[in-house]
Amino acid sequence: MQAIDRRPSLVVIGNGMAGMRTVEELLKLAPDMYRITVFGAEPHGNYNRILLSPVLAGEKSVADIMLHTREWYAANGITLHAGDPVVRIDRKRRIVHAASGLAVPYDRLLVATGSKPFIVPVPGHDLPGVIGFRDLHDVDAMLTAARSGGHAVVIGGGLLGLEAANGLLRQGMAVTVVHVTASLMNQQLDAAAAELLRASLERRGLRILLSRQTAAIEGDGRVQALRFADGETIPADLVVMAAGVRPNVALAKEAGLHVERAIVVDDTLQTYDPRVYAVGECVQHRRATFGLVAPIWDQARVCAAHLAGSGHRRYVQQATATRLKVTGVDLYSAGDIVGGEGSEDLVLRDRRGGVYKRLVLSGRRLTGAVLYGDVADGPWYFGLIQNRTDISAIRNQLLFGQAQSVLAA
Amino acid sequence: MKLSAIPTTVRTTCPYCGVGCGVRAQVGQDGALAIAGDEAHPASQGRLCVKGSALGETVGLEGRLLSPMLRAGEGLHEASWAEALDKVAGGFRKIIAEHGPDAVALYVSGQLLTEDYYVANKFMKGYVGSANIDTNSRLCMSAAVAGHKRAFGEDLVPGCYEDFELADLVVLVGSNAAWCHPTLYQRIVRAKEARPGMRVVVIDPRRTATCDLADLHLPLKPGSDVWLFNGLLGYLATQGALDSAYVQAHTVGLGEALDAAGEAAFLAPGGREAALLDVARACRLDPQQLLAFYELFANTEKTLTAFTMGVNQSSSGADKVNAIINCHLATGRIGRPGMGPFSLTGQPNAMGGREVGGLANMLAAHMELDDPSQRAAVQAFWDAPRMADKPGLKAVELFRAIEEGKVKAVWIMATNPLVSLPDADQARRALEKCELVVASDIVLGTDTNQLAHVLLPALGWGEKDGTVTNSERCISRQRAFLSKPGQARPDWEIVCEVARRMGFSGFDFTAPQQIFDEHARLSNWQNGAGSQRRRVFDIGGLAGLGRAEYDALEPVQWPVRRQGEDTQRLFGDGRFAYPDGKARFVATRARLPAHLPDAEFPLVLNTGRVRDQWHTMTRTGRSVKLAEHVPEPFVDLHPQDALLCGVKAGELARVTSNWGTVVARVRHGGGIARGSVFMPIHWSGQTASDARVGAVVNPAVDPVSGEPEFKHTPVRVEPFGVHWYGFILSRAALPLREAANWTRIQGAGFVRYELAGRKPFADAAHWARKLLQVEDDDADWIELEDRNGGVYRAAHLVDGRIEACLFVSQRQDLPARAWLAQMFCKESLSPQDRSGLLSGRAREQGVDPGPTVCSCFGVGRDTIRIAIEQHGLKDAAAVTACVKAGGNCGSCVPEIRALLGEASIKAQ
Repeated sequence: MQAIDRRPSLVVIGNGMAGMRTVEELLKLAPDMYRITVFGAEPHGNYNRILLSPVLAGEKSVADIMLHTREWYAANGITLHAGDPVVRIDRKRRIVHAASGLAVPYDRLLVATGSKPFIVPVPGHDLPGVIGFRDLHDVDAMLTAARSGGHAVVIGGGLLGLEAANGLLRQGMAVTVVHVTASLMNQQLDAAAAELLRASLERRGLRILLSRQTAAIEGDGRVQALRFADGETIPADLVVMAAGVRPNVALAKEAGLHVERAIVVDDTLQTYDPRVYAVGECVQHRRATFGLVAPIWDQARVCAAHLAGSGHRRYVQQATATRLKVTGVDLYSAGDIVGGEGSEDLVLRDRRGGVYKRLVLSGRRLTGAVLYGDVADGPWYFGLIQNRTDISAIRNQLLFGQAQSVLAA
Repeated sequence: MKLSAIPTTVRTTCPYCGVGCGVRAQVGQDGALAIAGDEAHPASQGRLCVKGSALGETVGLEGRLLSPMLRAGEGLHEASWAEALDKVAGGFRKIIAEHGPDAVALYVSGQLLTEDYYVANKFMKGYVGSANIDTNSRLCMSAAVAGHKRAFGEDLVPGCYEDFELADLVVLVGSNAAWCHPTLYQRIVRAKEARPGMRVVVIDPRRTATCDLADLHLPLKPGSDVWLFNGLLGYLATQGALDSAYVQAHTVGLGEALDAAGEAAFLAPGGREAALLDVARACRLDPQQLLAFYELFANTEKTLTAFTMGVNQSSSGADKVNAIINCHLATGRIGRPGMGPFSLTGQPNAMGGREVGGLANMLAAHMELDDPSQRAAVQAFWDAPRMADKPGLKAVELFRAIEEGKVKAVWIMATNPLVSLPDADQARRALEKCELVVASDIVLGTDTNQLAHVLLPALGWGEKDGTVTNSERCISRQRAFLSKPGQARPDWEIVCEVARRMGFSGFDFTAPQQIFDEHARLSNWQNGAGSQRRRVFDIGGLAGLGRAEYDALEPVQWPVRRQGEDTQRLFGDGRFAYPDGKARFVATRARLPAHLPDAEFPLVLNTGRVRDQWHTMTRTGRSVKLAEHVPEPFVDLHPQDALLCGVKAGELARVTSNWGTVVARVRHGGGIARGSVFMPIHWSGQTASDARVGAVVNPAVDPVSGEPEFKHTPVRVEPFGVHWYGFILSRAALPLREAANWTRIQGAGFVRYELAGRKPFADAAHWARKLLQVEDDDADWIELEDRNGGVYRAAHLVDGRIEACLFVSQRQDLPARAWLAQMFCKESLSPQDRSGLLSGRAREQGVDPGPTVCSCFGVGRDTIRIAIEQHGLKDAAAVTACVKAGGNCGSCVPEIRALLGEASIKAQ
């Protein structure tokens, strides 16, 4: 019989990137502090969800994107319940209940349930062949559908939708992207960059329909077509919903945790229950929710520090940067690209050369950058944004990147 | 097989300044023109200045007037020679018939060859019957002409260039020879190197480039030269430095000159110091420096005093010349090697024009209009029907008479009076009112030609054939080595055609040597016969040359009374051109310039040349090489004056006088005294929007010579407020109506415009496309906009080659033009050039990090490899910790692992 482990119990709900990054950080700080149990809805180890697009596009294999194998959990003494989702949190008794009936008590609970694709609630949204783009299961479904060719429609012209569309195109389907607003990636790009992107994607063979409202998904037993509000119908053998995500908060809500758009956490990633922490796409920090990886890494580091008892860190929201993972499309967006009162724009346009750069200034600082075509200096701009560097001396050279600007300074 | 012609070298003479350097021109098989100095030419001994060296760049046909043109309404249209000549002849005949011969005029130029000049003068003074032929030499050295005539009895330059090398003291007065007579200046430089004991004194209000050579620079108050040389004469008298024997034997009038010079003050008991101080005060000079100059002059036998525009272009120009000559006559330092007064002329053939009577108050061959016997002699020689019998109108008077309607037809040859005359806006008004304006020119687009009714295409340098005379009386051939372009014809032929159409005989010349022959014979005609004065100008020895001999004519200094004669110096025997053989002192009473600064116009404008441009830039302006030295018009002033005026170096300023306004960029050259400003003369309405400096210059003239006072106009300087500055480089010339101010500069394969604007533009891109005439929305257009910063930059490419670029900014932060200029030499731009184009400079090559592996942090493959090797990194996390790669999205972790694998294999 095993000796009784008297260490406190840490239960992690969610075997995804946020949760496991927090565990990793925790192990660095306090390797033996907790007995750790991880529940995951998917039947895998932890993989890099960001790289689903390259897998779909056939540029990377599943093995390439695995972050933590089952061996890793064993080696670190972590109990993993993959494919066994948690169904209830009993905060009074401090026990989580899994679908399998398993119940595990906790001293600390980490909620990392992530998010799920937003399925636009149009008639026919529940037909077979309508899927999101969230996990390896979705990728499998898409690859299967692609094998027989045919038409794919991606609803949503954001980062995820375009990566899905590109992947399906690479897998041989005829792909149409349907976007509700007038420009692609409107969260990250201004109209000019979006226009360059649209032209480039169309050259690659994507069909892009902007400002189009989906009215219904039609099909007899399986998706066959998509109908727009204006009555036009286009064929569809596969519909991928990539119109945004919704944080997975049902479990937390039922447990009585304070939830607004997502699980509300403080600067230490603690929820309103001091024994319960939350990280990743399921949290809301000062009105913001999260979809990109960089802030989640920051959250993991802060949360792990607090779990480890060395609670001197605070989570501070930082500017973020994004790239589109479509091979051959160079696109970089960082910081606040909308700008506001008193903000100034520096713009470089070389349409024939396929280059567009817009830098947003606020006073003497760079606050946002949109780069298209020539993104080499993206990380440098991102650094200027994060470090709040005074750029007034290099303003005239800023658009030409680091080497030129260093000369000017 | 076609045999290509063997390139031949033609020896000719430079068409720019009065030094008259010899040029060897060789047209290569590809048509390229090679220019070199002619070692056999005595004036230059093989040397050329930068302008002369660039002659090959200025002979292209772009912008040339190649066909006669007639004005109809607003436009010009091409016409046949017959039509154009009939129009000129008919117009002149009609106006002469209705209003008399003084209602027509010729305004000619020191750019004309002697033969052209001769025929034009003969036409007016002997056949039209009016002396209304004046020349732009009036603006240049008519004061020297008047001074020579008053002192020597004839317009004679006593010495030669060799005297600059033989002198122990060279005094340069109002002469920036380093820039304006460069090869002669270089002769002085070399002489001084060889003989370090030689002294050079520069007398000039500005500290010019010439001062580099000076042992002493006297920055005298503008216009105070007569005080200075009167003082010198007084000083020489008190020092016993006068050569009484010489004065006694060879001169008249020293007493009156000494009186006028204020000798009494010097001679009063203890008066010398007081008198010196008075002179120093009048000239605003340091008394010690003044005395040093006087002592040097007094003690140096071999003294040469060379003077040019700083002396001549004054309302007391002739008196300044005579004040200088007085000092040489009084010391007997004239006519011998290494000494004498020396007038440096501005133009290549100013002296040739004087020989044939190109000035309105001269006749021909140094004969006088108001001498009835000489008039009769010329009339007899020409068999002239209608001789002018009184002096005609001098340049400034002529344009006044045109405005007043007294002169109704004017024929302008080889000059651009709308730019070069003082009160140049008056000249414009005059031509606008003139009934018939005829212009003979080699270029189409000049300010003057825009007002002409008839344009006649003349031959340019390299095409025309004839002679010129330089500052040392040296007659040299200008020879043709290019074929006649289009319908262009030599000036003499055009004048002859008009004369024949007006029914005049005596214009049946078919070649320039026939004209030269007539000119040579006239110089000898009745020379010294009977009661006639013996004229020094006599080139009878050059009469009767055949075509071949004329073509082979070697440079020769007149007088050439007999064949083979060559005269280096005059007056060596103490005989002057007055009938009594004696020179005259002129009593020169110092007087102030005509217009003095006051509260409204507190500064004094001085004008002049810059080193690499010539006159109104119709030729030198085409050379890329020459454009670099001073690309833009400027106003140079003292920094403290700039502060008072509220203008800043690098920005634009408006310079206003009682007569007009110009705009130019402020600079502090460092050579300007408080109270003075300097502007170059070269820019016209073709090369800059508002830099025609003649418009500001006062029209006061010297009462003796009629030479205008270019060097002394009271002005005020104010900021020319603009909203933005900018520039354009464009392969095509552009109309620039939008800009408040612009300058056009020739580049290699492009034209550069410096711009400034008053109106902020709402839509810079739209504005720029309109300006660069890029209508096509799909054009290859790269742009940079910093709207709040007031910055807009754009480039237009066609097939990967740069066509034009434009940079504007509200701040003074435009990039240098040099790198952009290089882009116009490329047939297509590299991606590197293209991406950095609008930064205006070469894109810096950083260390190449190799292809990007981690896009999130921009980390290249080589950076990762080096990190793995140097730090012995074993896993992806270690790489991330070291160079950040893989630390964000993790997409590149597989690649990092691959690199780690490669490294471990290599390590084994």
